[in-house]
Amino acid sequence: MTDLKNELIRHSAADLAAKLAAGDVSAVEVTQAHLDRIADVDPQVNAFLHVNSEEALAVAAEVDATRAAGGSAGEELHALAGVPIAVKDLIVTIGQPTTAGSKILEGWHSPYDATVVKKLRAAKMPILGKTNLDEFAMGSSTEHSAYGPTRNPWDLNRIPGGSGGGSAAAVAAFEAPLALGTDTGGSIRQPGAVTGTVGMKPTYGAVSRYGAIAMASSLDQIGPVARTVLDSALLQEVIGGHDPFDSTSLTDPFNNLVAAARVGNVAGMKIGIIKELHGEGYQAGVENRFNESLQNLKDAGAEIVGVSCPNLKYALGAYYLIMPSEVSSNLAKFDGVRYGMRVLPTEGPMTIERVMGATRAAGFGDEVKRRIILGTYALSAGYYDAYYGSAQKVRTLIQRDFDAAFAQADVLISPTAPTTAFKLGEKLDDPLAMYLNDVATIPANLAGIPGLSLPGGLADEDGLPVGIQLLAPAREDARLYRVGAVLESILEEKWGGPMLSKAPDLKNAALGAVSNSAGGSN
Amino acid sequence: MSVDATLSFEEAMEKYDPVLGFEVHVELNTKTKMFSSAPNVFGDEPNTNVNEVDLGMPGVLPVVNKAAVESSIKIGLALNCKIAESCRFARKNYFYPDTPKNFQTSQYDEPIAYDGYLDIELEDGTVFRVEIERAHMEEDAGKLTHMGGATGRIQGADYSLVDYNRSGVPLVEIVTKPIEGAGSRAPELAKAYVAAVREIVKNLGVSDAKMERGNVRCDANVSLRPHGQERFGIRSETKNVNSLRAVEHAVRYEIQRHAAVLDSGQPIIQETRHWHEDTRSTTSGRPKSDADDYRYFPEPDLVPVVASREWVEELRATLPEPPAERRKRLKEAWGYSDLEFRDVVNAGVMDSIEETIAAGASADVARKWWMGEIVGRAKVADVEPGELGVTPQVIVELNKLVEDGKINNKMATQVLDGVLAGEGAPAEIVEKRGLAVVSDDGPLLEAIDAALAAQPDVAEKIRGGKVQAIGAIVGGVMKATRGQADAGRVRELILEKLGVQG
Repeated sequence: MTDLKNELIRHSAADLAAKLAAGDVSAVEVTQAHLDRIADVDPQVNAFLHVNSEEALAVAAEVDATRAAGGSAGEELHALAGVPIAVKDLIVTIGQPTTAGSKILEGWHSPYDATVVKKLRAAKMPILGKTNLDEFAMGSSTEHSAYGPTRNPWDLNRIPGGSGGGSAAAVAAFEAPLALGTDTGGSIRQPGAVTGTVGMKPTYGAVSRYGAIAMASSLDQIGPVARTVLDSALLQEVIGGHDPFDSTSLTDPFNNLVAAARVGNVAGMKIGIIKELHGEGYQAGVENRFNESLQNLKDAGAEIVGVSCPNLKYALGAYYLIMPSEVSSNLAKFDGVRYGMRVLPTEGPMTIERVMGATRAAGFGDEVKRRIILGTYALSAGYYDAYYGSAQKVRTLIQRDFDAAFAQADVLISPTAPTTAFKLGEKLDDPLAMYLNDVATIPANLAGIPGLSLPGGLADEDGLPVGIQLLAPAREDARLYRVGAVLESILEEKWGGPMLSKAPDLKNAALGAVSNSAGGSN
Repeated sequence: MSVDATLSFEEAMEKYDPVLGFEVHVELNTKTKMFSSAPNVFGDEPNTNVNEVDLGMPGVLPVVNKAAVESSIKIGLALNCKIAESCRFARKNYFYPDTPKNFQTSQYDEPIAYDGYLDIELEDGTVFRVEIERAHMEEDAGKLTHMGGATGRIQGADYSLVDYNRSGVPLVEIVTKPIEGAGSRAPELAKAYVAAVREIVKNLGVSDAKMERGNVRCDANVSLRPHGQERFGIRSETKNVNSLRAVEHAVRYEIQRHAAVLDSGQPIIQETRHWHEDTRSTTSGRPKSDADDYRYFPEPDLVPVVASREWVEELRATLPEPPAERRKRLKEAWGYSDLEFRDVVNAGVMDSIEETIAAGASADVARKWWMGEIVGRAKVADVEPGELGVTPQVIVELNKLVEDGKINNKMATQVLDGVLAGEGAPAEIVEKRGLAVVSDDGPLLEAIDAALAAQPDVAEKIRGGKVQAIGAIVGGVMKATRGQADAGRVRELILEKLGVQG
């Protein structure tokens, strides 16, 4: 039984879907196997803030019953029905708490479901629980979560990336075959890179943002977290499409993603290396795996060309004006008046302003406060043009750079992150060093284009996963799946299986080596 | 509450020239709110017409109400504004508990309508042009009620209650350019301007336009400058002046207060003022500087509102005749005197009279019935005259019965009461109630004989030349015939009988 369970959790979502459809396993077995895995390893990993066992099993049982009854209802089941999924705790769900990784929302239950959650429910995918994140998705390590850091399954002393470290670690640790993430500056792709998983930020507007607690509205995008390129495409087709509740969602659907992931052919395609996004500042092992990936694509028939996006050097600066500006406004609603934490001032008069102030002082962590202060300043009268206004101009220039680059290449390529997973605590006191980790992922958010990160191998010097990032023009998400599938199959052939099979077996990991702030109930 | 010194209005006018400016907020009567699908309904249980968007729950997004955009364009067109081909919403950031997101979604540097004007006719016929700077879309805030404390204001309150039913109700804010040159007519112009805006939005059908419900709310800016000075003085902004009379009084009061402050050599403080209907005065609100920093930036959750020229022209074609033009046209067509027409307008029966004339009545008949009979009955029933239940057809029919001599005017009012009591159409009621003018002289003569016999002394007086005493006999006859006799004919017959010259 243990072996069967072990086998079940290691299947891709596509394989699980096939086994469920064939009746080889039941949805309850699959869901239970993942819940057991969570119970086994999450005390070490701390990927989950809430485990939703009862509801997940109920949904699984419903799928099994529908399938057993046969007839049209059985046939109409979605392909992923019964395949469990984890949801980043920035996305609201009825029946489970949503914290955004913040004390200020501790204990809050949403009265409504995010649109993507409605779609998961419609597809009857059991929701295993809510995953950890940097508070309000602000961070690159998950260390800014108010509920303790998530740990990287490859090395429990290292960060799983962020902000979506919980979703990436859950998938990497086989606690879930799929997860939802959100990506404002790399929060899906960078965790994907450092945990050896697949992370996709779709085109801005491809997936409804309704019910994703806003960090920076013009940059935020919900997307899939998976272990394979095909699984990512399958999940994007579930969650994508126009939503009348999100004015910025695209009206024309593009659902050829799964087909593209199955085709996987790069013969004759032009792949552009972005000059500004590799080389200096990138770890040697990251460069090596990146160059190897280029060679692999070339061998598969792609033409590799060099492109330049000169304005990318301003991307980080522009991002750290636009993002905090929107943050300062989006997070104003957390004031203790209507929901969440309320803290009363301990001295002085009890006015509404002072209650709001005391609540926000106690409820928000340092990184959130840092960005609110930055953004408030950047939007202030007299500074607006110099900061927010200039940053928006840079954004336009970067979009033009990408337009020009895509005139020369079908898909652009870069390392996802400049380094492999760093150690917990290593960059916690140096916000700028932390911000630099997103230098390669931020441009896609500024331009609204899709970006996919997939495993490119392990770095020679530390044996940790390296991520390869592919970028395509807006609405051309399918191209990423097509190229990604090729790269993935070449690498898997070379490794003799998925890269994650090389990750340490967590159940044998010595918890003693782990500092005591995570989990700790073992 | 200290009482501010004031100068007499006349003295203020001798020394100073007032400059006005208005911000009028119009609540639109769309079915749903500006950015959510929650119902836009007034007067329901607090916090029932809300959903997660109106409450500013985590994760929500706004969606623009197309009907509200359409209404805003109509208002812009009626104010002779240009309509922006593309405009954006902006966030106005400030912390206050009536604003659930702690920012108001409004328009900042890209209003949907701009550069318009409105010609305002004062009572004596003087026309004054008020320039419109802009009309922009935004959402209303929730309603705060401060409990405990003496003033009902937030200062000193024990706690406050918030009703978010109003949160997200679509608003159009109409902002004038500075209004110069009104002189002593400034208070009158203020009232007439707000009345005109209210009438326009009501006529467009885009707002219920009830000031007492806050559908139309006015903030009045007043400043004074010495005669001959070009530069504007420092202004005060009197908030939420919520009746037409109050607008006039508030402007007048602020002119008098400013004049006293300036006369004493003090500077005017740029601030908001609160209007108090009971004392007809204002008190200091909060300081307001032009540098209030709302950290406006374009609303990233919404795409720009695009108003294609085709759409704008389509909407322009549906606009009703402007109220002022319509009044002018109708007054001429009906031939009413100034006084008659004003009474008709004030009584709120202009539309009803127009419909009644269209149904076939003459202008005078229509006025006689509406002003003479229906307005009074509506007042007793406490409803609008048009809602009493009298259709133009009823009046036409009643009038025909009178003209044909089938009933007299007195009976006609009884028939009207019958119609209102739901007894049927006028002709039916005449029959059912047995009402008909007695035109055969036979029964009348009998009744006259009886009346004369009953009051021989009166008969004697009349014979003796005291014709004015005839009323008692006529009254007796009318009583005997239960009012169905033609009183004029009765009089004739009595005089004939007694051989007296009328």
